[in-house]
Amino acid sequence: MAMNYNAKDEVDGGPPCAPGGAAKTRRPDNTAFKQQRLPAWQPILTAGTVLPTFFIIGLIFIPIGIGIFVTSNNIREIEGNVFMYYGLSNFYQNHRRYVKSRDDSQLNGDPSALLNPSKECEPYRRSEDKPIAPCGAIANSMFNDTLELFLVTNESDLTLTPITLKKKGIAWWTDKNVKFRNPPGAGSLEEKFKDTTKPVNWHQPVYKLDTDEDNNGFINEDFIVWMRTAALPTFRKLYRLIERRSDLHPTLPAGQYYLNITYNYPVHSFDGRKRMILSTISWMGGKNPFLGIAYITIGSISFLLGVVLLVINHKYRNSSNTADITI
Amino acid sequence: MEQELAVAEEPASPRRRRPRRRTRTVRSNLQPSLGAEDPAAGASKGERLLTRGCVQHLADNRLKTTKYTLLSFLPKNLFEQFHRLANVYFVFIALLNFVPAVNAFQPGLALAPVLFILAVTAIKDLWEDYSRHRSDHEINHLGCLVFSREEKKYVNRYWKEIRVGDFVHLRCNEIIPADILLLSSSDPDGLCHIETANLDGETNLKQRQVVRGFSELVSEFNPLTFTSVIECEKPNNDLSRFRGCIIHSNGERAGLHKENLLLRGCTIRNTEAVAGIVIYAGHETKALLNNSGPRYKRSQLERQMNCDVLWCVLLLVFMSLFSAVGHGLWVWRYQEKKALFDVPESDGSSLSPATAAVYSFLTMIIVLQVLIPVSLYVSIEIVKLCQVYFINQDIELYDEETDSQLQCRALNITEDLGQIQYIFSDKTGTLTENKMVFRRCTVSGIEYSHDANAQRLARYQEVDSEEEEVISRVGTVSQRGSIGSHQSIWITHRNQSIKTHRRTSSRAEAKRASMLSKHTAFSSPMEKDITPDPKLLEKVSECDRFLAIASHQEHPLAHLSPELSDVFDFFIALTICNTVVVTSPDQPRQKVRVRLELKSPVKTIEDFLRRFTPSRQASGYSNTGNLATNKSSHKSGSSVLSSLSQDSMLLKLEERLGQAASTLAPNGYSSQAGQAEELRYEAESPDEAALVYAARAYSCTLVHRLQNQVSVELPHLGRLTFELLHTLGFDSIRKRMSVVIRHPLTDEINVYTKGADSVVMDLLLPCSSDDTRGRHQKKIRSRTQHYLNLYAVEGLRTLCIAKRVLSKEEYACWLQGHIEAESSVNNREELLFQSAIRLETNLHLLGATGIEDRLQDGVPETIAKLRQAGLQIWVLTGDKQETAINIAYACKLLDHGEEVITLNAESQEACAALLDQCLHYVRSKGSQSSPENTESDVSMGFSFNPASTSPASGPSPSLVIDGRSLAYALEKSLEDKFLFLAKQCRSVLCCRSTPLQKSMVVKLVRSKLKAMTLAIGDGANDVSMIQVADVGVGISGQEGMQAVMASDFAVPRFRYLERLLIVHGHWCYSRLANMVLYFFYKNTMFVGLLFWFQFYCGFSASAMIDQWYLIFFNLLFSSLPQLVTGVLDKDVPANMLLKEPQLYKSGQNMEEYRPRAFWLNMVDAAFQSLVCFFIPYLAYYDSDVDVFTWGTPVTAIALLTFLLHLGIETKTWTWLNWLACGFSTFLFFSVALIYNTSCATCYPPSNPYWTMQTLLGDPLFYLTCLIAPVSALLPRLFFKALLGSLFPTQLQMGRRLAKKFPSKYTTPKETSTQAQPPGDPETAFSGRRTMGPSESLPKDRQLACSPEASGEPSALDTNMPLKDDTLLEGLGTQVPGSSVPREAVSEECPGHSNGKPTSESPAAPLSSLFNLPSFSSLNWISSLSLASGLGSVLQLSRGSLQMDKQDSPPQPDQDLRVLGRYIF
Repeated sequence: MAMNYNAKDEVDGGPPCAPGGAAKTRRPDNTAFKQQRLPAWQPILTAGTVLPTFFIIGLIFIPIGIGIFVTSNNIREIEGNVFMYYGLSNFYQNHRRYVKSRDDSQLNGDPSALLNPSKECEPYRRSEDKPIAPCGAIANSMFNDTLELFLVTNESDLTLTPITLKKKGIAWWTDKNVKFRNPPGAGSLEEKFKDTTKPVNWHQPVYKLDTDEDNNGFINEDFIVWMRTAALPTFRKLYRLIERRSDLHPTLPAGQYYLNITYNYPVHSFDGRKRMILSTISWMGGKNPFLGIAYITIGSISFLLGVVLLVINHKYRNSSNTADITI
Repeated sequence: MEQELAVAEEPASPRRRRPRRRTRTVRSNLQPSLGAEDPAAGASKGERLLTRGCVQHLADNRLKTTKYTLLSFLPKNLFEQFHRLANVYFVFIALLNFVPAVNAFQPGLALAPVLFILAVTAIKDLWEDYSRHRSDHEINHLGCLVFSREEKKYVNRYWKEIRVGDFVHLRCNEIIPADILLLSSSDPDGLCHIETANLDGETNLKQRQVVRGFSELVSEFNPLTFTSVIECEKPNNDLSRFRGCIIHSNGERAGLHKENLLLRGCTIRNTEAVAGIVIYAGHETKALLNNSGPRYKRSQLERQMNCDVLWCVLLLVFMSLFSAVGHGLWVWRYQEKKALFDVPESDGSSLSPATAAVYSFLTMIIVLQVLIPVSLYVSIEIVKLCQVYFINQDIELYDEETDSQLQCRALNITEDLGQIQYIFSDKTGTLTENKMVFRRCTVSGIEYSHDANAQRLARYQEVDSEEEEVISRVGTVSQRGSIGSHQSIWITHRNQSIKTHRRTSSRAEAKRASMLSKHTAFSSPMEKDITPDPKLLEKVSECDRFLAIASHQEHPLAHLSPELSDVFDFFIALTICNTVVVTSPDQPRQKVRVRLELKSPVKTIEDFLRRFTPSRQASGYSNTGNLATNKSSHKSGSSVLSSLSQDSMLLKLEERLGQAASTLAPNGYSSQAGQAEELRYEAESPDEAALVYAARAYSCTLVHRLQNQVSVELPHLGRLTFELLHTLGFDSIRKRMSVVIRHPLTDEINVYTKGADSVVMDLLLPCSSDDTRGRHQKKIRSRTQHYLNLYAVEGLRTLCIAKRVLSKEEYACWLQGHIEAESSVNNREELLFQSAIRLETNLHLLGATGIEDRLQDGVPETIAKLRQAGLQIWVLTGDKQETAINIAYACKLLDHGEEVITLNAESQEACAALLDQCLHYVRSKGSQSSPENTESDVSMGFSFNPASTSPASGPSPSLVIDGRSLAYALEKSLEDKFLFLAKQCRSVLCCRSTPLQKSMVVKLVRSKLKAMTLAIGDGANDVSMIQVADVGVGISGQEGMQAVMASDFAVPRFRYLERLLIVHGHWCYSRLANMVLYFFYKNTMFVGLLFWFQFYCGFSASAMIDQWYLIFFNLLFSSLPQLVTGVLDKDVPANMLLKEPQLYKSGQNMEEYRPRAFWLNMVDAAFQSLVCFFIPYLAYYDSDVDVFTWGTPVTAIALLTFLLHLGIETKTWTWLNWLACGFSTFLFFSVALIYNTSCATCYPPSNPYWTMQTLLGDPLFYLTCLIAPVSALLPRLFFKALLGSLFPTQLQMGRRLAKKFPSKYTTPKETSTQAQPPGDPETAFSGRRTMGPSESLPKDRQLACSPEASGEPSALDTNMPLKDDTLLEGLGTQVPGSSVPREAVSEECPGHSNGKPTSESPAAPLSSLFNLPSFSSLNWISSLSLASGLGSVLQLSRGSLQMDKQDSPPQPDQDLRVLGRYIF
């Protein structure tokens, strides 16, 4: 190869002594970049240089932690809008085959996908020679207990005042309006879904999830919420909203409440548990003391380490100072 | 045009197949087909038949170095890429993803990274191939003159159209397009000079000769009449061999040799026009067969990395298996219960746990594939390319004199430069300049010291430094001026005084010389200008005058006194006993024959015009420009001159010899005198040129050399023309060369021999001590030998000059044998060798010369630095022992104060005995001086108490071994002992070693000691050594480019090795090591996140991280910052590294990347992934978060953690680092935002729509993103800080020192004085520029052990750790090495009272060292007994006064620690 290139060199790249031509040398450019002399910050990690970082971390984290902790603990008071969750534990909604078992196109109202759902939905794809709508294991296993909350206004005769539970507004706005759509076309939902069949486990077809046209079919918010598969086996899902009616009354005044559960959903099969949670949320979400504690802990640890480094640095500086003198 | 390709290699004749196969038959293409009588010709009626049929296809001259064609590119490139196992693996994974049961990602998406990697590599290959194609195309379309049958003349054709059997006409300065048999030359003697620079880089001219039988042709060669058949070897790559014969139509055979072959790629020089027949074309030419393409080596770091990749594979398999088992159990648990979330098979049946486990295993492998870093290999390639770029760009490695910078020829072993442990260096041309300068000579037993000459040489040294200043002030103007007007300077400066000479000398001169090197090989002014010794000059001129008067007498020489006769012969020998080609700038030489003058004038005008428009320019060459024009303008005059001066050649030789006295060319003298100044000597070796120049200084000028005559010009005697009967070239076995001439004055046949003294002295005529003449001779010989020894001690290269007078009978007798030898086809070389030996006996000693080979600039300093850096330097040279030792002393490789073990053994047994004795000695010394028991080398074949394997443990001796002993020592039985001994020695010097031995030594050290080796050399004899070593460095010096061609790195000078290794090597190693570690960390940490998740998803191989992030994370989001750091990070600044070379040891000991570091890294990665997983886990526990909304913060956290981690690891932050980190973060978030907006339904199973947007509105996201990276990295930061404070490594010390005193390290002096206690009497001493250990240390040591000097506590307590430090470092253990500073620091904290106790420990070995009597007795005994008994000598010379001198620990170590301490 070398020979070729040499020969080529002679052809096109004249040597530096070419007449009249500038004295072209192979001298590299003396630029900061090429000579690797770019100005640079050179931190050196020693106790002395690092300890401010630790103190700063401590000083920032501890207040944040306290703030979070306080906020989180305040959530207890049921004021403002109250969120009603159902919780499931030991339910592996993040199981790989389970997570995949859905057809987003179908859920988006794609007519072809409606009648011919994705293969990912197997074995909940077709039933009785009809496509299942909504197909897939996620939809099939949808939570279908009904929870009703009553305020016991009179304990003696168990007079129950139902609490208004708002069904809408529990799903992400984008889910409800963009991702999930009923099949297009005129006519009632029933007509739109007429060539499909209900999921195996369901008692009712998808167009009978609700009576409200705006919360029925694929855009039923309970359904949408369920379809957002939980990250961890113990999870909660938003079920209803209890809106605060006026500033004067607490949303859920103290008293006895009656929860009516229409029991449809078997959890024994997977050793699961069901829960119902009522909670308000703060600026940083639901009640979770962990983050606050974590911030405080990390802040303190950091502070402590800073002190350790300070001691080391101090001791070290002493010795090095004496060494300094001897020189 | 239908060409009859009457060439065949394999006529279809089964009987003769075997013998025919080894040869090739070439016929002229111009001959009409011979018809049926020749089967080959019959079969080759057309090309098509020829190529298709049984007849083997002969390559045409088309050059095709490309690997691919448009069609074959894709399949072929892919095929090649799949040779890399990693690629196969990744493709397998990607394909696995297409299986629905196990797929983890969208199948197409999973292919993306693999395709990306493949595409990047393919594009790189394509680009390389395209540039090859372009250069091929250019070369293929060069033009040359080919004889056309139709037009009956030479017509212009492209190179690629040339075929075997074509006749090609070449003019001066044209490049030879194929391997061509020389059939005709314009040179009167059928000679042609070629320059093989393109082939081997040698710029001297080589002679080629027209095939015998054609040179005698009277008329111009006519291709049409060429009917001979050429039989030659099959194409092979041996440049120095060509055999064959030419069979003329009348059945006559004549042998062909390599002298008849013009090789492709060479350039025609000095010869106006040649013609020949193409023998090998295209890829069958020797030049192309020698092309072995670029070198691929695997660096040590990469080997180690591959091992760790295997660990990662194991880890991956383990994780997947764990997951699979877990999933099996999980499925088994829920299967019975028909859990709601269990998804059955598509047919409704539920999965069996075992099947589920298998699926899970496969899916896990896909999901966790990130653990095996896809991009690692690509990233490393990119980083190495950038490193190579920066090394190439380093201005400090640019050599102004030769206008060359360092070249990295091997692209993938940059980091090996940082781990070298052994350097094997050639001496001549590597340590020395290979500029041979005539220094002294002795003639007839009388020494001529040439004092003036020595002074002149001394001046050159000063001038060099002066010149630098001048150049810097004058700038480029003066340089350019000298370039432009080089012709005039050439003539003028020699006549001017030394004062003016200075101005043009050195740099500018050297630069110009290098530019004109094509015509001025080995002739810098320093080599040419020799100030003659007045005494000798007087004798020479006396001799000359006498002969001028006596030349008309019968026996002119007979009346000369023996001494003067010797003087005369001595200079004649110097002048003609060589192969120097004389050229004048006005080349080429013309074919001056009568018939030429008879030609029509048109021809001459044509010639004239052609010369005015040199062929190079005409065909697009532009490089000769100025030169060519100058040349041609001189031409008209010169051609006349030369034609006039040479017409005497037409006369028969016999006639000319008869009138020898009148050969003073009638008109030549006056005209030649003016020209003499412009004569240029082109020699094959620099010594030859030096001798010719030396003779010229004594007015004995070589003016002319033709094939069979040499002309010498003497001031009074005029021109003497010697008939050159034979030239027996130099070879390394005979170590001498001879010429046989007929003396014009005496008509005697003389043999002049020039060779190594050891050889020539043995070949002298044995002289009887009876007569006075014999006694006188003997005296002369012993004196000469004495002076030879003296020269050797001075480090001069010695040559003996001898003469033999042959009687006609003797000559005739010898000639017969010689001619037989020459004409034999089989083992011709062997016979010629024998013949030469027959001739070169009974010589008469004339004298000897001493030639100095000057040390290159900065060699001693470089060696000292390299040694401080812990490199062991071995010098392997072919020179004689004395010369080598003296050079070794000169370059500070050996120290006068240290012991030198000399190993000269005559037999295997003697060698074994000597080795044992040396070992015994070294061992006893070692056990005395260093009590610690250190690691023993397992590879040693015998068990010593290896008291210290470290070279620094005591006053380790140096070993000198000669070639013969080396041969014994390298035998299987002794090699272990030899190696063990050599390992103990501070430096090893192997003299008289052959190239093979050189490579064997390197191989031995490499394989047995498992050490990283570097070989550096400049000549062809170093090639094998360079190839064997881990890193081969070639010096692009004077001895041609062969070493460079074989090397991985080419440096212009030896001294650049220092910066190459200590700065760039260290950086490259440190950068790559850190990057590789970071890569492993990153991937493990990322995979860890996924793995922990499996515990919460039933081990179902689910991933919370979106598939896009998973796949592009490594490739896009986190790749740039690490690349920037890998390319630009500097752990210690360059000047600091240079000032404290021992920092290099970190690379040698693999401190940055060793198994421990790898596993610590992995543990840290596991920890960080735990933190980064569980903080979001707990933060989102029991919330309504969905898988991917939770996975996105985890990804973001991972990215931030990576960046912060990289931040902790990055030592220098340039704006590029900041930019890269910022870009990474920005890229992640912007890609995520775009991706999450782009499509609501497109990316199942994750439903990323609006996820990022939602998260960005969630404070929890920010809070987790803040706390997780910080808490993940707190421990690392803390421990780094702690280590940095308490147990800083040397590198950290260096970095701190450089930061603390940024200005300090611009001047070298301050550093050493800094460490010296104030008032130290030795400050001046250690303030010397080179802090060679042997210089600065002993004083320090004395300081330490003498109580009165120990008043300074700091001097004491630094001494102790120093000793430990260097001891331990020598052992290659890092743990104790790093613990040393802790002792120094922590134990000294309470007070300095322990300074006293420590001061005793260095003193302890010292006391044992003063145990001198035992040494000297050993020395005495061994040398006596062995010298007499075994004929060999063991010398244990030592400086008695400086017995306590120790090499290490070097001073700067001390600086580091002392200064490093008060930085806090």
